[in-house]
Amino acid sequence: MTIQQQKENEPRTWILHLFIALGIAIVLAWSSTTIQLNANESSGMQVAGKILSGIFHPDVDFLFNFTNQGVAYLLLETICIAFLGTVVGAVLAVPFAFLGAANIVPHWIALISRFFVMAIRTIPAFVYGLMLIMVTGPGPFAGLLTMSLVSIGMLSKMFIEAIEDLDIRILESLDAAGCTTFQKIRYGIIPQLFPNFASTFIYRFDMNLRDATVLGLVGAGGIGAPLIFAMSSYRWNEVGAILTGLILLVLVVEYFSNKLRNKLTRG
Amino acid sequence: MSLYSRVIKPKSLILGNGKVVDEPRSKAPLVIVLFCIASLISIKITGFDMAVMFSRGGQFLVILRKMVPPEFAYMPKIWQPLFDTIKMSLLGSFVGAVLAVPFAVVASSNIVKNRFVIVFVRLLLSIVRTLPTLVTALIATYIFGLGTLAGTIAIAVFTFAYVGKLLYEEIETVDMGPFEAMQAMGANKGRSFMYAIIPQVLPSYLSNCLFCFEGNVRYASILGYVGAGGLGLILNEKIGWREYTKVGMILVMLFATVVIIETFSHWLRSKLT
Repeated sequence: MTIQQQKENEPRTWILHLFIALGIAIVLAWSSTTIQLNANESSGMQVAGKILSGIFHPDVDFLFNFTNQGVAYLLLETICIAFLGTVVGAVLAVPFAFLGAANIVPHWIALISRFFVMAIRTIPAFVYGLMLIMVTGPGPFAGLLTMSLVSIGMLSKMFIEAIEDLDIRILESLDAAGCTTFQKIRYGIIPQLFPNFASTFIYRFDMNLRDATVLGLVGAGGIGAPLIFAMSSYRWNEVGAILTGLILLVLVVEYFSNKLRNKLTRG
Repeated sequence: MSLYSRVIKPKSLILGNGKVVDEPRSKAPLVIVLFCIASLISIKITGFDMAVMFSRGGQFLVILRKMVPPEFAYMPKIWQPLFDTIKMSLLGSFVGAVLAVPFAVVASSNIVKNRFVIVFVRLLLSIVRTLPTLVTALIATYIFGLGTLAGTIAIAVFTFAYVGKLLYEEIETVDMGPFEAMQAMGANKGRSFMYAIIPQVLPSYLSNCLFCFEGNVRYASILGYVGAGGLGLILNEKIGWREYTKVGMILVMLFATVVIIETFSHWLRSKLT
């Protein structure tokens, strides 16, 4: 009896569910109007086959070529761009983070700062790349600066969260123990923020390594440019070599980054 | 004793009662030295130069200044590609998120007991995730031709890998009690999954999908650069022709769209949790 009563008391949500499903269906139908199917299916399949065979038969000489033109050097350059880009981005993000943390500055300053960061984040990477090439000329230096600009958004957002989670009681107890401002920062704030900041930094480095391929488009260094050249001239074995190198590198970096971040968060 | 404390001896402290305590040395100096070495190598390879930054830094603002004020008369021509971008990311996110579900279920070790299958699916997910979206889009343009289809597929692939990974992690940390209870009552695996696991992971799954969709709108605006449709197409064109006031207008509209979508999705996600 009680089971049946419970069953009858169950809220009737099917109307709501129906509306949600209908809404999703309409949105999907609307968005699928943009897809135009091209008629070149057969040639597409051929290209797909060639790409696959290229990936499974990478150009071994190119992959293990340790000179300036080889995959190894290009990957090293990409790592360096991503690393230094993240460093510069992190340095630039710290002031934004402190200005955006609502527990440190007045609310309206935090809002303005967040709005500004959002604007920085919206401009696509290649627009930055083109702007920065005017500053430095084409090459990895421009790529590095682009990477640092595109990292500001996420880095400062995560930093803001870390700052807003600061435990004020620790500072109060240090105050009660008679610590100076410097000591409060050294023993009260830095130990709280550092693991968070470091783990965000490593995560962003991981992402930058992936996104660094975008830079090649505008001639800002890294592995993107050779990849795109190889693709547009249909040298699929070379594409395979570059992709293999990139995938291996990202997997290795991701493995270590996960390990390090686990260590940082669990102490 | 870890390797680190074996190489660098811990500091011994003698307490008041004569007991000796080992305090491991701080790792900070080692980390700082490694960090500096990595920075120096990177500076050398990338040709980082502060002097150039200061002397030519003003050039950065040159293009930006040319974008102001944006040309409002150009606005009507932006709507179409803008909606293309939104549609691409919507459809791509949906397809990717739905495709991710079966793979995520098979990749979670508390549902599937076969080690080989789990490792295989996880490896597949990580390899797909390492492919940058732009590269996927480029490959897709070769296979499916130029246009929005290629962009949609690139976004779907990225969403698939991203949501798939988050979902299997979510499924693995779920409370298995209800699942076991349902199995004990005689429900089969599918039914127990349906009524014991799905209600637990659904809110975070939806919230991850929405978050991914937010990011995808940004990504979709770049994909046009390789001919995969959307806003990037006209953005690239206008930059090439140096019509910076139009570029400014495109960026303003992109910004407005992103703000609206993020606010909406933020609101939805806060409802979900």
